[in-house]
Amino acid sequence: MTIDELTPKTGEWLRGVGPMSDVVISSRIRLARNLADRPFLSTASATTRTEIYRSLVDTITSTPAGADAWLVDIEQTDPIDREVLVERHLVSRQHIDGEGSRGVTISPNETRALMINEEDHLRIQGLRSGLELEALWEEVNGVDDTLANHLAFAFDRRFGYLTACPTNVGSGVRVSVMLHLPALKLTKEIERVARAARDMHLAVRGMHGEGTDAVGDLYQLSNQTTLGKSEEETISVFSKTIIPKIVEYERTARDSLANRSPHLLDDKIWRAYGILVNARHVSSEETHVLLSPIRMGIHMGRFTELDIPMLNELFLHTQPAHLQKLHGKPLDGDQRDIVRAQYLRDRFARH
Amino acid sequence: MSLICQRCQQAKATVHITDTIPERVERHLCEDCAEKEGIIIKQQHQTTNEILQKLIKHKTGLGTVEDITCPKCGMTFREFQLKGQLGCSHDYEVFEKLLTPLIERAHEGATQHVGKVPATAGETIRKQTGLLRLRRKLQEAVEREDYELAARVRDRIQTLESA
Repeated sequence: MTIDELTPKTGEWLRGVGPMSDVVISSRIRLARNLADRPFLSTASATTRTEIYRSLVDTITSTPAGADAWLVDIEQTDPIDREVLVERHLVSRQHIDGEGSRGVTISPNETRALMINEEDHLRIQGLRSGLELEALWEEVNGVDDTLANHLAFAFDRRFGYLTACPTNVGSGVRVSVMLHLPALKLTKEIERVARAARDMHLAVRGMHGEGTDAVGDLYQLSNQTTLGKSEEETISVFSKTIIPKIVEYERTARDSLANRSPHLLDDKIWRAYGILVNARHVSSEETHVLLSPIRMGIHMGRFTELDIPMLNELFLHTQPAHLQKLHGKPLDGDQRDIVRAQYLRDRFARH
Repeated sequence: MSLICQRCQQAKATVHITDTIPERVERHLCEDCAEKEGIIIKQQHQTTNEILQKLIKHKTGLGTVEDITCPKCGMTFREFQLKGQLGCSHDYEVFEKLLTPLIERAHEGATQHVGKVPATAGETIRKQTGLLRLRRKLQEAVEREDYELAARVRDRIQTLESA
C-alpha cells in the first residue's frame, strides 16, 4: 500500500455504517504503552529513539498484531502525504510535527493504526465507523495482549501502565466518539449537552481534537481520566450511558425541527447544496459547514440528491492534503479553494 | 467621594477596613500600602506552573522540590514541570510524593490502577489488582443498595482470595 493508493479511498471512519451512524460518525480507542527498559522519549537520545522504533516495528510486523500492516516511516514521508494521514485520522498532528525516528503501522482496512514514538513509545489505536466500542475494545485489547507476549511494557502495581504524561497513567485508554449534532446546534441545546458531558469528566472538542472548533457540527467526546477505572468501565460510560442519550436528544431535536419548521429546515439543506454545486471558490472549512445540513437531510430522508458514501467521499477529498494529492501537485490556499470548487462541480456533474 | 491613602498620603485609597481591636477605627489605604501591611495579597499573573509548584510545596511541605533528580534519566522535577513529560518510568517512584497530588487531581481523586494488568506482570499483581477492582465494585453495590450484586461480588472476592 502507498499513500497514493490510499488517497482516493474513503477510509474506515467515514464508511458511514455501524450502530447509530445517523449521529455517530466514528468510534476510536487508543492505548498508551511504553517499553519497560527504555527511557521515555523526552530524555531518549536520537540513537535510543531509533532503537525503540526498530524494535517496535520488528515486533509489530512479525506478530498477528501487524503482520499484514503497512509501515509508514514519517521521517521518509513528504509533507503532503503526512497531512493525508492526519486527515484520515490515522495519526495525530503531534506525531507528524514531531522529530526523530517515528512512524505508524496501518492495517489494510485502516481500522488499526499503531503510532510508534509519538508521545509514548507506542499508541495502539482502533477505529470503527458508528458506535462500535465493545468490538473495538476486543480488537485493541487483543493487539495489546499479543504485543505484551513479546515486549515488557512499563507497569506499576499502583499507577498501572506508566506513560510520559501522568494524565494518561493507569489504563492508558482514551475513548473518543465523534458525533454529528447539527439539530442540537440549531435548537441551541448543544451547550447543555456539552455541559452534561463535562460534568461526567469527559472532554468535548472539535473534529480534529484538542484546541479545535466544532466545524460542521462535528463534536468529539473523550474520557479525561485513566486511573481508578477499568477499561471496560471507561468504555461503558460511553456505549451504555452518554452516547445513546446524546443520540436520542439529537434525533428528538431533528424530529422537532421537521415538525415545527419543515420549510426552514429544507431551505437550509437545499441552500447548502446550491452553494456546493455552484461555488467557484470555497474553503475546506466552508465545505464542511455546508455538508453538515446535507448529511442530516440524507439521514432524515428529506434529501435524496446525494447518499452518505458520496457525501463522505466529498468530505474527505475536499480537505487540503487530499485535494492536492488528487490534483497531482501542491497548491497554495487560494488555488486550493478554486480547485476544490471545481472538484465539487465535476463530482456532482458525474453523479 | 474619593479618599486618599492614609499611609502614603498619595495614591487613591481602594482598600477600606475597619479595625475593631483595640478600638473601632476606620482605615483607608491604597493597594500597595495594604499589601505592605499584610492586609491583602495583590493579584499577580502566575503561570500554571508557579501555581502548581506552590500547591505541591504546600501539600508536601518541601522547600526546593525542583531539585529532586531521577538518578536513572537525570530529569529534575522542575524540568518535568516545564515540559509536562516525565523522563522515564522510574520518575514515578522518584517524584512519587510530588506526583501523587497531581495524579489525584487529574483522575478525579484516584491513585490506584484497577484496570488491565499485563500478562508479564505476574500472577500476584494480577490477583491484587483484580481484588481491588472487586472491592470497589462491592462498595458501589452496597451504596446503591444492590445487595444481590453485592453478594455475587463478595463470593467472587472470596474465591479469588482463597485461590
